[in-house]
Amino acid sequence: MTVGIIAYGAYVPYRRLKRAAISEVLGIAAGKGERAVASFDEDSVSMAVEAARDALRTVAPANVRSLVFATTTPPYAEKLNAALVAAGARLPLEIRAADLTGSPRVGLTALLQAADAVRANGGAALVAVADCRIAAPEGKAEQAGGDAGAAFVIGGDPIAEIVASASVTREFLDTWRAPGERFAHTWEERFALTQAYGPLLGAAVRRVLEEAKCTPADLAKVIIDAPNPRAVDELARAVKLTPEQRADPLALTVGQTGAAHASLVLASVLAAAKPGERILVASAGDGAEALLLKVTSRAAGYTQPRSVGRLIESKGDVPYARYLKWREILPTEPPRRPDPDRPAAPPMLRSEAWKFGFVGSKCTACGTPQLPPQRICIKCAARDRMEPYPFADRAAKVATFTLDRLAYSLNPPTVNVVVDFEDGGRFMCEMTDCDPDKVEIGDEVEMTFRRMHSAGGVHNYFWKCRPRR
Amino acid sequence: MASNGIKDRVAIVGMGCTQFGEHWDKGSEDLLIDAAYQAYESAGIEPNDVDAYWLGTMGQLSGLVLSVPLKIDYRPVTHVENFCATGSEALRQACYAVASGAYDLAMAIGVEKLKDSGYSGLVVSSPANDGTLGNMSAPASFSLLAPAYFKKYGLDPAKGKEVLARIAWKNHRNGAKNPKAQFRKEVPMEAILSSPKVADPLGVMDCSGVADGSAAAIVCRAEDAHKYTQHPIFIKALSFVAGPGEGPLAQDYDFTTFREVVASARDAYKQAGVTDPRKEISMAEVHDCFTPTELVLYEDLGFSPRGTAWQDVMNGFFDLDGTLPVNPDGGLKSFGHPIGASGLRMMYEMWLQLRGEAGPRQIENPTLGLTHNLGGAPGRCVSFVSIVGR
Repeated sequence: MTVGIIAYGAYVPYRRLKRAAISEVLGIAAGKGERAVASFDEDSVSMAVEAARDALRTVAPANVRSLVFATTTPPYAEKLNAALVAAGARLPLEIRAADLTGSPRVGLTALLQAADAVRANGGAALVAVADCRIAAPEGKAEQAGGDAGAAFVIGGDPIAEIVASASVTREFLDTWRAPGERFAHTWEERFALTQAYGPLLGAAVRRVLEEAKCTPADLAKVIIDAPNPRAVDELARAVKLTPEQRADPLALTVGQTGAAHASLVLASVLAAAKPGERILVASAGDGAEALLLKVTSRAAGYTQPRSVGRLIESKGDVPYARYLKWREILPTEPPRRPDPDRPAAPPMLRSEAWKFGFVGSKCTACGTPQLPPQRICIKCAARDRMEPYPFADRAAKVATFTLDRLAYSLNPPTVNVVVDFEDGGRFMCEMTDCDPDKVEIGDEVEMTFRRMHSAGGVHNYFWKCRPRR
Repeated sequence: MASNGIKDRVAIVGMGCTQFGEHWDKGSEDLLIDAAYQAYESAGIEPNDVDAYWLGTMGQLSGLVLSVPLKIDYRPVTHVENFCATGSEALRQACYAVASGAYDLAMAIGVEKLKDSGYSGLVVSSPANDGTLGNMSAPASFSLLAPAYFKKYGLDPAKGKEVLARIAWKNHRNGAKNPKAQFRKEVPMEAILSSPKVADPLGVMDCSGVADGSAAAIVCRAEDAHKYTQHPIFIKALSFVAGPGEGPLAQDYDFTTFREVVASARDAYKQAGVTDPRKEISMAEVHDCFTPTELVLYEDLGFSPRGTAWQDVMNGFFDLDGTLPVNPDGGLKSFGHPIGASGLRMMYEMWLQLRGEAGPRQIENPTLGLTHNLGGAPGRCVSFVSIVGR
């Protein structure tokens, strides 16, 4: 069976941090360009959900038999983060789900494991990768890093076939972070460059080419992802790649997005790929993964409405000080309001489809959609005549709004809106990723999965709306 | 199926009300004792003459909150709660209890001690939930009325803001004449218009005062009223309505009305036999928790035709010397809003006005007074309307 990518999606958060804005505050050398930053209400799980929803546009969730969530920044150290991603993406109960973490290369590891699972068991497998890279102020990683997500559905009859793959693993100390530490440590740069990334990436890339019986000249695009960009340059020189063959690493627009990075760049490359082209992807971290994809004729009919390019264009700046506050790197005076409570487990389980999947109800007696799901219809008072009605992918408009300067938030003022869905249904929620001064009645919005707050070690996920991207 | 009311069957024969405001030196038990004893004295009775009590206060669990500080001699004390309309709910229950004949004399008392929390604004804790309930503050919920009303009736936002400020200005002007009010100073329009934003377009000066306070009423059957006072006031109507919560659920709710208020007003007018409230009601105490609430209430209570209340505001129709004075005691805005006490505080002003005891605020010869008390948020609330008279 031909196995490969049958659908893909991507997520780049709306906020950008200009590297010059960091240097202005800290008085250090300014890097070029900007990096994408997850908003105060986003994390690797919420971004993975956004990417997964995008990838699942063309695939029935019922066909998905497994999910791997890959990240170096899981919100929970114990508790399956992939279960949250599955709930947000409305995957069926009967799936295998796992978290893969520990190294930026796990994004590609997840993709290869999914391919193995499909070869062994058939069906389709979802891979969701996302990272919310936090690094200490003044360090290189803070400027170079970025936050994003990507997702692939792996299955038969793909748009890009996985022709060959190679994995190498070697124990060496380059980047590490102990449990409880916020920022990673790194060893001296030259060591990993000469002793680890260069040789290991080189080995993986050569092996995958050999297995696919290709030469570097046969490749339309090459994505090499390593913590150190110099390792990439040296390898590209060594295998004699032309500048046109090398994919844009999105360094100036998004930043290096950890476990998500190779996948994000792959999603951007696939959007322009033509049938017959070969794409090589490799990612390093305690070894390396490499795979070679061949674009099939099915790619011609595949469209990606919210492309990586479009997500990169859809943006708004965040000042550095506010970014530090969002990441709780800069402690700030709490408001004179009580801290939010942690959500309770039994009500969360009872309302799983609503809370995580944003599934409301529709009255089968009078046809009125309503949310949250009701038992007695708000319109015709029929009892228990409801059927599930998903709202997550439906468009809505702002009916009225307010800017709440009193409510607890890491990003005041809270924009609270009443939204009316196009095909019926009204909801009151927070609007995120917007300029509070520009909100107007009639604005078009779409729903987005967010982390509302964290309390008592519990991350409270639910839905907000945002201006259409 | 009927809401028959108890017109002229129950009288209020004594009332008490503490000063509202920051009582750093008093706990809620002190406030309860002060209001209760004012009411006993006002009715000329001893504590043991009261057969049953209804206590309105937020988040408490039992009648012991009242019976222990007052050392009540083994009588029923019922704790009631209905959001910000809690005080009115206590009164309604006490009235029905004496009307039924179960008791001869009952007290309704409300109290709140808000200033001890250490937080700004009102804080309400919710039961264990799934984390989807949102985190909207009270001023934000009510501010939703403003842009919706402005847009529907073609007011530009600056004009609308001026209308709202005029309401706050009027209530402070009335409160300045009231020795028991939390804020006893007139506030110039410019200060209201430029106050720091809380929930756009509302500023701090569009919000009611966060206060401590207590108020109490003693009720009996109408035929016994003159045993206790020369000048009882009589219940003409008591209506309470809880809505299905359409606001955040149904697209046809447009945030320019409280359907619950419309329903409770209709019921109350029917009970009292009022057909033209704009003409027949002499004065009203309404739930001005935020300025746009009062604006919308004028129309929901039938004081102004739809879309015209803002004109009545600007031409002084609701001023103390206007045709239909609203919130003559300063309202929640200037008198302060200790949740459980507010409904009874409204009735306290009716008591003073109808007995000619309102001093510099006295309205000339009032015959019918209305109190309106609301709890919740636009589109999802409870509403109380009472009508009282001589």
